[in-house]
Amino acid sequence: MGWDPVVLFFIFGLVAGLLRSELKLPPALYETLSILLLLAIGLHGGVELAAQASPALLWQMLAVLLMGVALPLIAFPLLRILRFGRIDSASIAAHYGSVSAGTFAVVVAYMVTEEVFFESYMPLFVAILEIPAIIVGIILARGLSKQTHWGELGREILLGKSIMLLLGGLVIGVLAGKEAVAPLEPLYTSMFPPVLALFLLEMGLIASRQMSALRSVGLRLVFFALLMPWLGAGVGLMVGAGIGLSIGGTAMLATLGASASYIAVPAAMRLALPEANPSLSLAASLGITFPFNILIGIPLYLQAAQWLLTGASS
Amino acid sequence: MSEHSGAATRTLVTIICEAVLESRLLKDLDALGAPGWTISEARGSGSRGVRASDWDNNSNIRVEVVCGRPVAEKIMQYMQVHYYADFAMICFLSDVEVLRLHKF
Repeated sequence: MGWDPVVLFFIFGLVAGLLRSELKLPPALYETLSILLLLAIGLHGGVELAAQASPALLWQMLAVLLMGVALPLIAFPLLRILRFGRIDSASIAAHYGSVSAGTFAVVVAYMVTEEVFFESYMPLFVAILEIPAIIVGIILARGLSKQTHWGELGREILLGKSIMLLLGGLVIGVLAGKEAVAPLEPLYTSMFPPVLALFLLEMGLIASRQMSALRSVGLRLVFFALLMPWLGAGVGLMVGAGIGLSIGGTAMLATLGASASYIAVPAAMRLALPEANPSLSLAASLGITFPFNILIGIPLYLQAAQWLLTGASS
Repeated sequence: MSEHSGAATRTLVTIICEAVLESRLLKDLDALGAPGWTISEARGSGSRGVRASDWDNNSNIRVEVVCGRPVAEKIMQYMQVHYYADFAMICFLSDVEVLRLHKF
């Protein structure tokens, strides 16, 4: 089997960035690509959701929400043991409790290429997982303090770009139905891999810059950023198997648990915990955890889910 | 020159800061009595490293306000108290000549 070209694009970006190449995608293109990916995922999920919705989904959503609360509570003590300050620990924990929509796009493409079935409503879980960790992180840092502008923050989080695009796509998909959406379906089928490849090229460039920043932040952070994905994936596997997801769905929830936010949470943390050092969380989440999940994690999580679910049923 | 053209002196407040502050700053400026504002994307380097504006979390904005001296000083004070400690931000004042004084 050859290398996955999408992953190779990421490595290409990493290498070009580490060599300090002039290569750079226009910021507007990067933004366009991420909008296309999120809309496509949401739309496709919505179409399928209309066909498979069931009351069981409600308690699955609740379980996923609790998973979002649990993840930062695992990360925070670990960071404190590694002797990070309280505020920095809370901020990094919020990043790791939340999810990366970019990583999710990669795992979607991976499952499609490997022809592994997964529940169509996974994008809903992405949107649900994005939020609770932010709130838990702020409470870990400050308690329920009056200083926090919850209104402003709520708007920033709930109306943030990735949640809006995923949920907007989902709703349009549900309302329009399969046949009406068919002309837009290339967004998810033939267009998805090329868009993802370009997106990952830019992600490689961004990650390489964060890697060069790593030198100044120290080994403790590298250790955490490599350890936390395993714990997060473990939690995702348990929850996925517990709520009865398929192998593909469980592997995806593991990937979501292992991933760390680099768009929604940094912005929210800058506003809510400005004294936290933003370069720590970004270096960890973009410089280490994102590449780890793309290059090594995702295939492992699928294997683990296969082992867990077929082992349990046989 | 200024006497012939009717130009008068006003103060230009320039704030360069993290883009994440945009909506909060606009609310502040409104409350502090800024008569208007202009925002542009910005890139640069300073004590907090290079801010290359190449993706969301690394972008800067430049906010410009032309107003009377008292409002300008109030804005600068406010920025110092609320943002200087934790955010990448600079703010400076300069004199500019304007026509149509009533706009500022």
